[in-house]
Amino acid sequence: MNEARDEILARTRAAIREGTPPDPLARAYRTTGVVDDPGRVALLGERLLDYRARVEHTTATALRDLLDEIARGDRIGVPRGLPETWRPANSVEDDGLSTHELDALDGVITGCTVAIAETGTLVLAGGEMEGRRALTLVPDVHICVVRTDQIVETVPEAFAALLGREHRPLTFVSGPSATSDIELERVEGVHGPRTLIVVIVKEAS
Amino acid sequence: MTSFPEAARIALGDSQLRHNLRNATTTIRDKRARVVAEVPDWDELREAGRAIKADVMRRLDEYLLQFEESVQAAGGQVHWARDGAEANAIVLDVARAHDVTEVVKVKSLTTDEIGLNEALAAGGVHAIETDFAELILQLDGDWPSHILVPAIHRNRSEIRDLFMRTIADGRELSDDPRELADTARLYLREKFLDAKVGVSGANFGIAETGTLVVVESEGNGRMCTTLPPVLVTVLGIEKLLPTFADLEVFLQLLPRSSTGERMNPYTSLWTGVTIGDGPQEFHVVLLDNGRTRVLSDQVGRQALHCIRCSACLNVCPVYRRTGGHAYGSVYPGPIGAILTPQLRGVANAKSLPYASSLCGACYEVCPVKIDIPSVLLHLRAQTEKDVAERIAMRSLARIFGNVRLYEWAQRLARAGEGPARRVPGPLASWTQTRDLKPFAKETFREWWSRERGA
Repeated sequence: MNEARDEILARTRAAIREGTPPDPLARAYRTTGVVDDPGRVALLGERLLDYRARVEHTTATALRDLLDEIARGDRIGVPRGLPETWRPANSVEDDGLSTHELDALDGVITGCTVAIAETGTLVLAGGEMEGRRALTLVPDVHICVVRTDQIVETVPEAFAALLGREHRPLTFVSGPSATSDIELERVEGVHGPRTLIVVIVKEAS
Repeated sequence: MTSFPEAARIALGDSQLRHNLRNATTTIRDKRARVVAEVPDWDELREAGRAIKADVMRRLDEYLLQFEESVQAAGGQVHWARDGAEANAIVLDVARAHDVTEVVKVKSLTTDEIGLNEALAAGGVHAIETDFAELILQLDGDWPSHILVPAIHRNRSEIRDLFMRTIADGRELSDDPRELADTARLYLREKFLDAKVGVSGANFGIAETGTLVVVESEGNGRMCTTLPPVLVTVLGIEKLLPTFADLEVFLQLLPRSSTGERMNPYTSLWTGVTIGDGPQEFHVVLLDNGRTRVLSDQVGRQALHCIRCSACLNVCPVYRRTGGHAYGSVYPGPIGAILTPQLRGVANAKSLPYASSLCGACYEVCPVKIDIPSVLLHLRAQTEKDVAERIAMRSLARIFGNVRLYEWAQRLARAGEGPARRVPGPLASWTQTRDLKPFAKETFREWWSRERGA
């Protein structure tokens, strides 16, 4: 409908023809954090707990055992690029599972691209260890592994870390799915995973 | 449309509604205040938000073309709609092309504004609302009363009864919110898994990259924009932002202002089509529907800066008592009082600019600093006054502009003043809710010339 396009553009141009140019844009807000490394890790954990996510702290060597313990032999979906050492015994690789097959999984384990401490947010960017969006959406439990060097303090720092990934499908996850639509009483878990487990792994130095 | 005072009178008589509203607005207002207070640079973020939006309006034609090019480059299809009817026809065409009779839909004010669901139904396509509150309203043939908590006027036992009548499949339900949410989850899950076409609005569209952004809580937004092989998104042309990085401002402003959370549970961003991930056919409909008219008013234009957080509703002394239905539009509260008259033309919603006490609380909480009180006054000046008021105002202007006439009128008023504190005749509405103040026995000017005069 080129006619509609032309007319909307013409109306827009007529509407803005007159008037003063906009003020210069001031970005005086914070773009970097001030908290040290342990503080950032602690803050992320605290903020995630606020959303009623479950938070576990571990080391690279103890990770496998912890994931096995969390998975309890359930059928856990994993993206193709997830390292062998992160895969619990009964894992199912996502090689293009149908939505109903995804629905039959008990949970899913993924990594993330960056985590924001101040807002308790995990950012999934469709990478090798994160998989496609449906994988972290349909199963009822999402176990997300975060390395401490992936944690930033502020939202602008996360956007800086996402440079170059703008065109990928991105999902910002801050706690399990929730609604407050019934008399404003918060209920975790409507359509997304009802349980979010975040495993924070201290990097080996 | 029914005038605001008439509609408000009905709402004010509903004590359950007033109770729910007071509860809800107070709770969200306090939550918002707490999480905003912990952000040291809140004012700097608001200023950046305002400036970015002002820049978008000033260069909207360029950004629209850039957005179109970016979406197409990423494999999406761009449609343009001058009004709601054109947009609805485009969405219906997509549904028909895929031969579906049902689409899953995520809550969107823009699609409510153009009556998309009704238009699809007329074309034989049922749009399933998947947002929890919207589902409640759809099942009951009701409509939203709050931008963020659309079923704010419904309590749990009403919802229980409704679900048992409609989607519970004969099961007995309690009024526990957890159980009610699970009922909706179960009912909608099959719909999501099998949906062929999804329909959404969007909170933002990025000109630089062609990215669309949906901010939500429940996961139904993720479902609708991820699982169906085909996705159609309706985007008001004012929702554009210049760059991807601008989101770092708005994703801080919106959740804190809206639900009073540091971040909402889920935000989805997608750009065109990604092979192997999500819908493989993507359409975006750019909607005008009166927005270019709003844009042409340099004072009123800022109403288009709105990011639909609903903070202004929760602090408004008028909204807090009347609720959303009285505003007769999908955009209630202070923002609705300035947006609706401009979208529809002031003559079609002339009581709305008066649905405010001009207290300014809305301006104070607005995350993009929309000066709602000023726009209200600006719009009031455009409403048609009745003849008596117009003549009275014109005469007053003449009297106030001439010192001898003014002094003569003061003497006359004093002489003619009776014990009645009401103005008679066509100006009676002025004194319906307030007494006429008595005139001073002596004016300042008279006192001055008596005491100090030559």
